[in-house]
Amino acid sequence: MIAEIGLYALVLALVVSLVQATLPLIGAARRIPEWVALAAWTAPAQLVFIAVAFGALTYAYVVSDFSLLNVAANSHSAKPMIYKVSGVWGNHEGSLVLWVLILALFGAAVAGFGSNLPVAFRARVLAVQAWIAVGFLAFILFTSNPFLRLDPPPADGRGLNPLLQDIGLALHPPFLYLGYVGFSITFSFAIAALIEGKVDAAWARWVRPWTLAAWSFLTLGIALGSWWAYYELGWGGWWYWDPVENSSFMPWLVGTALLHSAVVVEKRDALKTWTVLLAIITFAFSLLGTFLVRSGVLTSVHAFATDPARGIFILGLIVVYVGGALFLYAARAQALAGGGLFAPISREGALVLNNLLLTTAAATVLLGTLYPLFVDLFELGKISVGPPYFNATFVPLMIPMLVALGIGPMLAWKRGDLGGALARLTAAFAAAAAVALATLALAWGTGAVLAALAMALAAWLVVGALSELAERTRLFRAGAGESWRRLKGLPRSALGMTLAHLGVGILVAGMTGSLAWTAEDIRVMRPGERVAVADYDLELLGVREGVMGPNYRATRAGFAVSRAGAPVAVLEPEKRFYLVEERPTTEAAILTTWRGDLYAVIGDPDGKGGWVVRLYYKPMILWIWAGAALMALAGALSLSDRRLRVGAPTRARRRRGAEAPARA
Amino acid sequence: MRVALVLPAALFGVLALAFAAFMILGRDPRLLPSTMIDQPVPAFTLPALRTGEPGLASADLNAGAGVKLVNFFASWCVPCRVEQPVLMRFAREGGAPIFGINYKDKPEDAIKWLKELGDPFARVAADRDGRAAIDWGVYGIPETFVIDPAGRIRYRHAGPITQDVLERNLMPVIKEAAK
Repeated sequence: MIAEIGLYALVLALVVSLVQATLPLIGAARRIPEWVALAAWTAPAQLVFIAVAFGALTYAYVVSDFSLLNVAANSHSAKPMIYKVSGVWGNHEGSLVLWVLILALFGAAVAGFGSNLPVAFRARVLAVQAWIAVGFLAFILFTSNPFLRLDPPPADGRGLNPLLQDIGLALHPPFLYLGYVGFSITFSFAIAALIEGKVDAAWARWVRPWTLAAWSFLTLGIALGSWWAYYELGWGGWWYWDPVENSSFMPWLVGTALLHSAVVVEKRDALKTWTVLLAIITFAFSLLGTFLVRSGVLTSVHAFATDPARGIFILGLIVVYVGGALFLYAARAQALAGGGLFAPISREGALVLNNLLLTTAAATVLLGTLYPLFVDLFELGKISVGPPYFNATFVPLMIPMLVALGIGPMLAWKRGDLGGALARLTAAFAAAAAVALATLALAWGTGAVLAALAMALAAWLVVGALSELAERTRLFRAGAGESWRRLKGLPRSALGMTLAHLGVGILVAGMTGSLAWTAEDIRVMRPGERVAVADYDLELLGVREGVMGPNYRATRAGFAVSRAGAPVAVLEPEKRFYLVEERPTTEAAILTTWRGDLYAVIGDPDGKGGWVVRLYYKPMILWIWAGAALMALAGALSLSDRRLRVGAPTRARRRRGAEAPARA
Repeated sequence: MRVALVLPAALFGVLALAFAAFMILGRDPRLLPSTMIDQPVPAFTLPALRTGEPGLASADLNAGAGVKLVNFFASWCVPCRVEQPVLMRFAREGGAPIFGINYKDKPEDAIKWLKELGDPFARVAADRDGRAAIDWGVYGIPETFVIDPAGRIRYRHAGPITQDVLERNLMPVIKEAAK
């Protein structure tokens, strides 16, 4: 019964979306206030109906109602409760319900918090949002119904892929979707602006909080996925340039560009058509990700069970939304011609460079992801693109990007003074040079030059971001009290920028450290034997077989870890065999510190009393996730400022004066 | 200016058409029929991955009784990691000898990889420039071929061999080919 209510709620949500997609749009064009006002009610109603459907599906998972095909195929009664719940979005149908739930959540948020938007504009935004909802609700109802019944119901379910029974993966999809789907709002804002033929500073101010929110969530979602791959897949890597990883990374790259170009629209009334185009492309990449994962076009470890009919449906949706948006863009964007002029060396110029490099990087990733498909399609041969391609193309684009990232925030709007900016970055130069030399001196060997360059870039970013903050607060030049007063007076968005750039620096350091100086040892060990990895000593205490978990049987090893003779920890890696799914997984044991991670994996017995063990030392790897988390946090910080500013143009104007770089 | 505005739509149109063609022509990598089916294995000679071991050539697959498997893999290929435990178990249970062909890989990486994940292969050959893979019509890796005792290709599977694929797709073919 509950499942039927869920299905019915989805149908109602579709009906409400159809109303929201049409009447407010017509109402805004023909000036019918009642129809315009409708959107403010339909958006929350949509959220309620989809939440009911999602709740019904979750309930079926929680009580293990195996009369539902979806539950029987993806759950099992012996699964821990948290993975019963996360199993809701661990499959194609359920994850789509989460997708539309988040879509409706953002729509309702615009209806609820967007009271400062012009009423007609808000109605148009919500109508566009509803068009997206119509397509995806229809997709669920016609091709991917999660509420299909099974008759007779099986005694128990087939279980969830054990790799997915993990806390990192329980959280990864919701955050990723909050990011992906969050960009739908920016898309809707762009389309509404094209319909009205107007993009101005106020528009940019409305768009930025939504972009920031989506971007922060996407950053967290990607970081969580990478963290999961690191500790769960058991070989210590954190990024594989897997097609599905790429399809979450491309919207991030373009979304980051959008975040920066929207600043130019807001402050300088320039780059307007470009920003609108970026808003469209960002969401297009989000849709492309949805398509690639579910259509069967790509083979990947992440891909859902695939079905060509679904692929055609999603492709149709993409053609309608993105194609329609781009046609509208071609027809209307000319009306948006921008105002502010600027010299190449200026804050705007730096942001344009940022945009060019980020979008080129996204294009590079797109090419690498799709190239094998097209080469095959046109029967030009059979090729595979692996990490070597991405390392050869993506990394060289990021180097100028990171160099410029240090300088950009130091430049003034309109016309910057490169010499002056560089002079203020003396400390960053010195830090970069010192770090490069120290790296070369301490870690001379193959790849040391590249590692030194990358570490120097990281130092450049961190010290550059701090110098910029010192510059703004007149640290060392004014008294401590004056600096503190200035720091408190800084808009949170400015602090957010500094923090985010700091995060990039930390991220780069972590990537470099973990790639350049990983120590690894693969060997057969017997209980009682010792081995040294980096500056740790490990003793294999013993291996216990047949350790029972809730739904698996494990082989567990114990390593006593000591450093310089002092005991540090006991690591207990496991090899699990999931009984329902009949699949093995490795559970690495990881000792995490700021210096680096010690990572232990237990393999197969050699039949002579020994066990294959894999031991890694990954220097600074924690910095990767710390950097990403800092970036997401910076987004949230900046967001808390924006909300205060939205709808208060007079105050914003005053603030803009205060925000001018403090060097007058 | 106008051209610049239309360009995104045009580019998107081309991409969308290509995708549609891709979907409609049904080039699902896992269903892709191979022109190699029921053909004798292509002529090739490859050196061994590890120096001092025997290499692999067409003659090795034509000779000898029994069904054989040929598996293309690489250390940089993520799905290959997925199938490796399945291949390990298959080899341990003595299903059929598996001949590994290491595709476009650095030998030291591949050797390390096999040490790490286990080596299910009767022999491992190195196809460093991917020439042999072209002769075999390999679409992408991993890819696995079932060779009957007469040295004919009976089945090919593109994508990782999961336990499910092994039981449902490969085992029946292997049994059939052995007759």
